[in-house]
Amino acid sequence: MSLRDALKIPSSQITDEAVYRKRRQFLAAFAAVPALALPGCSEAEPPPPPKVAITPAQARSGFRTDEPLTRFEDITTYNNFYEFGTDKADPSQAKRTLRTRPWSVAVGGHCAKPGTVSLDDLIKGFTPEERVYRLRCVEGWSMVIPWLGVPLSAVLKRFQPTAQAKFVAFTTLADPKQMPGVAYRSIDWPYREGLRIDEAMNPLTLLATGIYGKPLLQQNGAPLRLVVPWKYGFKSIKSIVAIDFVEKMPETAWHELQPSEYGFFSNVNPSVDHPRWSQKTERRIAGTTSKLFAERIPTRMFNGYADQVAGMYTGLDLKKWF
Amino acid sequence: MWRPGPRALFASKTLVHLLALTPAAILAWQIRAEFLTGSGGLGADPVAAIEHRLGLWALRLLLITLAITPLRQLTNQPALLRFRRMLGLYAFAYATLHLTAYLVLDLRGFWAQIFEEIVKRPYITVGFAAWLMLLPLAITSTQAAIRRLGRNWARLHQLVYVIAVLAVLHFWWLVKSDIREPAMYAGILAVLLGWRAWKKLRAISARRTATAG
Repeated sequence: MSLRDALKIPSSQITDEAVYRKRRQFLAAFAAVPALALPGCSEAEPPPPPKVAITPAQARSGFRTDEPLTRFEDITTYNNFYEFGTDKADPSQAKRTLRTRPWSVAVGGHCAKPGTVSLDDLIKGFTPEERVYRLRCVEGWSMVIPWLGVPLSAVLKRFQPTAQAKFVAFTTLADPKQMPGVAYRSIDWPYREGLRIDEAMNPLTLLATGIYGKPLLQQNGAPLRLVVPWKYGFKSIKSIVAIDFVEKMPETAWHELQPSEYGFFSNVNPSVDHPRWSQKTERRIAGTTSKLFAERIPTRMFNGYADQVAGMYTGLDLKKWF
Repeated sequence: MWRPGPRALFASKTLVHLLALTPAAILAWQIRAEFLTGSGGLGADPVAAIEHRLGLWALRLLLITLAITPLRQLTNQPALLRFRRMLGLYAFAYATLHLTAYLVLDLRGFWAQIFEEIVKRPYITVGFAAWLMLLPLAITSTQAAIRRLGRNWARLHQLVYVIAVLAVLHFWWLVKSDIREPAMYAGILAVLLGWRAWKKLRAISARRTATAG
């Protein structure tokens, strides 16, 4: 191939580096379960996850990033939390009406040990650890946030999900008395989200209780929220009151509102645009240089967590299952 | 009826200039504070805040400009017409600053993306089209152009109705879920355009009954 021909290849046709690196596993998955490799084979449900393990050693490398952090002031004053108003300044300016103690989480569905558990009991025995993750909003901006939390997988294992637990569904509190924004149906309350069971069990997935070592503030989803760093930020559901192990893919708030724009997976993917705007680049709100000149940077596949998560999606048509 | 003499007109025009410049002045002050101290009241994403504020004032001034004609008739104050051109030009100025902020602060060197954005993103297509259409209106806003174009001047400047609709669509289509604010401006525009439509229909039916009788 001449250099001229090589330069003509559109970037959309270049095999993603993460997929290329896992090409042997990709091929093995094809060989092991050939029916799954046919896209469009099953329209209602996506193919189940391939049997490719992610070793803890591989995952551990995603727990911290050395990128400049976003300032605490910015993390706590720029929030999409429509339960407190649809303006980004609303959640931090709203009165402190959310009662975060006592707080309980109802865990149920396909598990051996369902029950309603207090927040303290839910994370009892686990030492919260700090994870520095990138958070990429679907709107096209991103932050670098030092979370404090416990791995979701460890917490969920205590409830002993059965083999029928293919997905995990989460629900946010939607109490109009504590959350004034609930009066306006910008979302069909309560806010709901979901993960496939392997995504929930991925070592990166965090049940967060703090930021910068301090307990979560109301606007960041106090007292308990999810952080799924390789997906768009709206998947990181806030102020969780229910966790359910379910068999079918659960409905999620944004997908319900606009299925053509917000898919169940919503993996950060620069080659799959939002119907109304590009996802190729993002504005990074971080560091110490003036935010007036905030950098625009290329968006990375899986928000830069391809090494830790790409294995869960081999064989999956990410343009179809966005 | 208010019949301003040259001094009163100068004073009132100066006042309108000051009012129209105030949002820009406030924004400039906040940008300066953000640059010097890192906190200017523009929030965590000042680029988005600046873009949004400029766009909002472009839209508001556009709607104020469109309100002049109905207001003039309803209050029987033809002098109000003297302010329409300057308000229209301010709308154009804010729209240009809005586009500049997008190109310089938002896109930040990803220039290639702009062509793709204009073509592929409907909300940017209509926004850019609205600004493009403002250009001939701004250029022909002078006394000389009005004289030279004669009857065609009014025809050309009817483009402002298309521009206003595109501007509202631009706002509506970029919102994720809460359409209350763009819906409010759509409502105002509907009233402003509806009033003109109603006047036109009345004039047509009046002519019909006149010829019939």
